[in-house]
Formats: sequence, structure tokens, C-alpha cells
Amino acid sequence: MSKPVVATTSLSGCFGCHMSLLDIDERILDLIDVVEFNKSPIDDIKEFTKQCDIGIIEGGCCNSENVHVLKDFRKNCKILISLGECAIMGGLPALRNGIPIKECLDEAYLNGPTAQIGNEEQILPNDEELPMILDKVYPCHEVVKIDYYLPGCPPRADLIWDALVALVTGNELKLPYEVVKFD
Amino acid sequence: MSEKIKFTIDGKECIAKKGQYILEAALENGIYIPFLCNMKGVKPAGSCRLCNVKINGRNMTACTTPVAAGMEVESEIPELQELRLSIIEMLFVEGNHFCPSCEKSGNCELQALAYKFQMLVPRFPYEFPIKEVDASSPKLYIDRNRCIKCKRCIRNIKDENGKSYFAFYKRAHDVEICLDKELAATMSDELAQKAMDTCPVGAILRKEKGFDQPIGTRKFDKQAIGTDIISVVENINMEVKE
Repeated sequence: MSKPVVATTSLSGCFGCHMSLLDIDERILDLIDVVEFNKSPIDDIKEFTKQCDIGIIEGGCCNSENVHVLKDFRKNCKILISLGECAIMGGLPALRNGIPIKECLDEAYLNGPTAQIGNEEQILPNDEELPMILDKVYPCHEVVKIDYYLPGCPPRADLIWDALVALVTGNELKLPYEVVKFD
Repeated sequence: MSEKIKFTIDGKECIAKKGQYILEAALENGIYIPFLCNMKGVKPAGSCRLCNVKINGRNMTACTTPVAAGMEVESEIPELQELRLSIIEMLFVEGNHFCPSCEKSGNCELQALAYKFQMLVPRFPYEFPIKEVDASSPKLYIDRNRCIKCKRCIRNIKDENGKSYFAFYKRAHDVEICLDKELAATMSDELAQKAMDTCPVGAILRKEKGFDQPIGTRKFDKQAIGTDIISVVENINMEVKE
């Protein structure tokens, strides 16, 4: 039997969840024995080269590119996992959800203390190459179907490890009290 | 000594003082029934509905229903646990509960209940309501994003004349807590701390305090809510004369 294929991505996240994945330490050697990585920042594969079994999503959707990547993951992965608070509920980027988008952009590019220098022409980024910012930050499961959720900021390395082992071996995932945390 | 009566919770024999509420009696018998709006020594409100128990096939709030002799209370049954989890999930989506950036994280009772019930994601869509933070009083912040409207602060934080520092204003879905500006101006540090401790979530916070407890040492980091309850009923067979 061929190895299960894993893909990962960070949407509107801080890469903290990916760092937590690396916190499984030497177990990463066991992991690459049993799974193969495809599109992921870990091996720097930029586009899907084959159908994957497990897709791990960090971060919510804050712009059109996030939505595009997420839909691409849904198309190419049998199982999608929301990893971390941002993927599950928007997380800290979603703090802007109560503020009108115009105000956010004005603060970032026109009025903020760091925006005064370097943007003398007072322009908001409008190149058509740039992804469009969404009206608010959306949790991943409000954009596509998500199969499993691993909360935490970041999720504990043991939780990620146990979840991957459970998925690869087909055993039930046990959730001890210490691993399910929201911070 | 006041009159004692016997009743059962999930088949376990318990003893209560006559007139005592089920929730209070359960805690004294070492049985935990989940709750958010209740507080020892404060008049119960029955507003959070987490302590729903089944008595004679009907759902009743354990915090506002007095024990009756021979009463058979069902609490930890799948139907009620599912109801409780759905209430917790609803509270998470109807406010803005950003646990990673909350000062109360680790000491928050709502979060602790989500941990206890192992909520991985709420089944309801997130509402992301627009709420204001009120930092106008000298000792406290009121962050309405996190308020679950349990009324604990209104019932527990009072001056020497019995006047509440906190109140509800607006109505129904828009209801919010506010702090009496005149009373808040003279609030002592002790009372400010009591107000913060009274709030089950992070809606009432002391100023100039912030994150003062390291992760791993906070109340619910290692121990689940309700696991530290010890029975104060010493000998169940001796206390009631049949």
C-alpha cells in the first residue's frame, strides 16, 4: 500500500500551527516514514502534483486568495482538517470583523503612524494582481466542508501527532484534557 | 439544626436541607452539575440554563428548583449533556470569544466548560456581533464582546446600601451590561477584584493587571472544572431519621 499523502497550508495564519507541527520533534522522522508530503511549506511544493489524503489548513479566510487555496485543497484532499483557532473561528485576524473594511485600510495605509512615511501619494493598494480583501474573516468551515477540527493557539504538538496517527492507523483519536485548549 | 431530606441524583443518594436548591445541595454532596450564572451566596437567576436537570421527565434548572423529599434527579444523561454542549456552543458564537487574546483565558468558566465537554468547533455559524469596550471607569474595563449576560456582577457587586454597581441596559438581543459611573468612581481595589472574579468570562477586567499568570499555572490548565468538588455531607445514613 502506498503511503498516505499529506498537504498543508497557512491561509490567514501566523505559521504558529506549522511551528507546532514541527514541535513533534524527532517524531517527524517517524512521520515521514509513514506519510508522504505534497503541497506544503514544509517541503516547499507550491502546487498539488497528485490527489492527497489529508489536507491540514492553518488560518481562516481573509482574502480571495485564501478562498481560492482553500477550495483547491477541498478539491485535492479527501480529508480536510482545520488546525488552530484561526481556521476554526477566524482567530485574531477576525478581530477586524467589527470594523468596516474602509477604516481598516485607511488606518493601515493612510492614517496609521507607520503609514505616514513611504506612502506620500496616499494610495490604497489596488493592483489587480493583489488578492481582494473580504468583508470579514471567515472560519474555513463556513467556506468549504471541513472534516475534523483541532483547536488551540497553537494546537499542542501532541494533539497534531495523535490526530495524524489516528488518521493513518484508523484508530480512534483519544483526547486527554491537557491537549484540547483554545490558547 | 434544620430539617434534612433525602433525594437522588443519577441514582446516588444525597442529603439536602429543606428548601435548599438542587444545585447547591448537589455541590454539598460532591456532585457537580455544570453551571455559569450561579454563584455561592448569591440569589440564583436561572439564566444560563446549563444546570438543566430532568425531574419527572421535565427539564428544570437545578439552581432555582428546591429539593423535595424523595426527588429523583437525572443530570449526567446523554440528552442533557448534549443540551449543555449546545448551549456552550451558542454562547461561543453569539459573542466575540477570542480565547488566545483574552486576559481571562485559563481562568474562564465558559472556556473551562468547553474544555470539559471537549468542544472542538461550535455547530452554529459565528455571529461576530459588533460590541463596545467601555474603559471609562478608573478601575475596570467592561468588554461586552465577551459578556454572556449571566447577571452575576449585577447580583453580587453592591454597595453598603445594597445598590448594584452594574446593570443591564437596552433590551432582548441588544442587552448589555453597564457600570454606574458615580459608584465606579469610588470603587476600591478589593471590590474591583471581586467584580473581576465574579465574572465567569473576561467581560470585567481590572485595569493595570493584564496577563499576570503564566500558561500552565492557571485554574483550568490542568484540572477540569467541577473536579475539585468535595462532599461536605459526612455520613449519609446517620443524618436523616426515617
